[in-house]
Amino acid sequence: MSRNSLFFWIGAIVFLAAALLMTQVIGNEYPFFACYVILQFIVLSVSWSILGGYAGYVNFGTSAFFGMGVYTAVFLFKVAGAPLAVQIAAAAAVGALMGFALGLLTMRMQGIFFSIATIALTIVIETSITNWRYIGGAAGIQMQRPPVMAPFNSYVQMLFFVQALLVVLAIGTSRYIQNSWMGHGLQALKDDELAAECTGVPTLRLKLLACVISGALMCAAGAPAAMYLQYADPSSAFNLNYSVTVLAMSLIGGTAHWAGPVVGAILLGTTQQLLTVTISSEINLLVLGVMLVLFVVAAPEGIIGLIRRVRHSRKEGEG
Amino acid sequence: MFSFDLLLDAVVTGVLLGCFYAAVSLGLSLSFGLLDVPHVAHPAFLVMASYGVFFLNERFDIDPLLAGLLITPLLFVFGLGAYRLYYETFEKRGSDAGVRGIAFFFGIAFIIEVLLILQFGVDQQSVTASYIGKAWRIGDMRIPFRLVVAFAVAAALTILLTLYLSRTFMGRAIRAVAQDQEALRLMGANPIRIKQWAFGIATAVLGIAGALLIIVAPVDPTLDRSYIGRTFCVVVMAGLGSMSGTLVAAIILGVAETIVLTLFGASWAPAISFAMLLGILAVRPQGLFGRRS
Repeated sequence: MSRNSLFFWIGAIVFLAAALLMTQVIGNEYPFFACYVILQFIVLSVSWSILGGYAGYVNFGTSAFFGMGVYTAVFLFKVAGAPLAVQIAAAAAVGALMGFALGLLTMRMQGIFFSIATIALTIVIETSITNWRYIGGAAGIQMQRPPVMAPFNSYVQMLFFVQALLVVLAIGTSRYIQNSWMGHGLQALKDDELAAECTGVPTLRLKLLACVISGALMCAAGAPAAMYLQYADPSSAFNLNYSVTVLAMSLIGGTAHWAGPVVGAILLGTTQQLLTVTISSEINLLVLGVMLVLFVVAAPEGIIGLIRRVRHSRKEGEG
Repeated sequence: MFSFDLLLDAVVTGVLLGCFYAAVSLGLSLSFGLLDVPHVAHPAFLVMASYGVFFLNERFDIDPLLAGLLITPLLFVFGLGAYRLYYETFEKRGSDAGVRGIAFFFGIAFIIEVLLILQFGVDQQSVTASYIGKAWRIGDMRIPFRLVVAFAVAAALTILLTLYLSRTFMGRAIRAVAQDQEALRLMGANPIRIKQWAFGIATAVLGIAGALLIIVAPVDPTLDRSYIGRTFCVVVMAGLGSMSGTLVAAIILGVAETIVLTLFGASWAPAISFAMLLGILAVRPQGLFGRRS
């Protein structure tokens, strides 16, 4: 293990320990409610970037994967009263399958066609769920939380910690991919798909793999949301707002490095929580849209890119 | 359970509806089909135009179609500006324009949605005019007059735009720039200015299209989401940039939607266009009347 990796995993363990400590010390539930959402968006943005950032395929289907995660959990809970861990694992499996299907379906599509296809997939799945009475149909479905497990005092605290685990899992995966042959392959594919294919990069297989991993993680992130809200309905679980929010977070943070989406999600997620509480959720969406456009126009490499540029120019100044 | 009358009714309504879909897709056929701009915000522009019509109709009691004509010049200028911004920030810089261009237009669409919510609220809005609410009766069939108006205006709009592209100098220039931008540059023309003009036209057409949208059914700020499916379905099925293809594709979509609606109920309706779009993209990405091999 290199020194960098050592630092990374120590950081991850400290992060998890802090999250666990928080659940033991803080009695008030509100911070966990708010932080849960931010953590959820970190997972979504990081996993989105595996396909959207490294490979450059703009996936608008985040809400499809998220919503499927929610409804996998709902279904399992309703059928068998499955515990949370099972719900999440099953959601990851469903997400992987969905990613595989998406990859196969869009094998020959690039650019805007891929993006449009992912929106289409979202609406088709949403409509199917809407018409499935057993899990609530259009009206939605209520869920009763089971009793909480030790050492947690409340269910929200437990969900918060579970989401923190998913954050570490997602970032660890993304970081591993970035530094492995897969990341380099995806990078080549992003720069020039034809050239990559010609030089022996297995572009199709890489793309499929990225779809599968990204999909599995996004779906897993959605699974605890059913228990978090204690309610699920198709139009909010599959809401395109998730897609736009995650897109904005990833692009604002910068997609060239695994830390970009993390920074973006923390920054935007916190702003959103503050704005929703203090002003209104419409203003919060407006800020999101304006930030997205501003960054795409003025700082295409995101915050990570800005930091890099500053560092670079400082080095040149010294030399 | 399945009657012939019902099917005939569905087909007639579908054809009328299809022409309306053609009208709202024409602009996209120009901007995305001919100019290759990843214009995901097209449906948002459309809904925005509808709200413009709604505003004029409610405040000054202007006929919706006339209101659509009145806002056309404004939309034209708006389109010129939008393309200029897109060109300066993405096309000119070249690399990676695809990913960020899509994100850019999606952001714009999102902003328009939220602004409309802030200004007009989330409720559905509709317009008033003498021809809205009445219906024609032919035997057992009942055809809403608003659909007939939409059909007639949409057909006229499609013919006008087709003529514009094939007969006028500027229209031919637009098609030329779609075919070979470099050749045009070598001949001393400025392809960017032509593309900007074309994008202006594509946006201006939305004045009438937006009027039709709010005449056919009430609109709400997030209506653009379902029209992403319809407009892109029509344009991709038509084969990028083919105007007559747009009309045929739109009619196919209209008929398919009304038949599914009659057979399975309204709750399946939103998925039809998206499912068709997915199918076409996966099987025949060049469309039915494609210009590309």
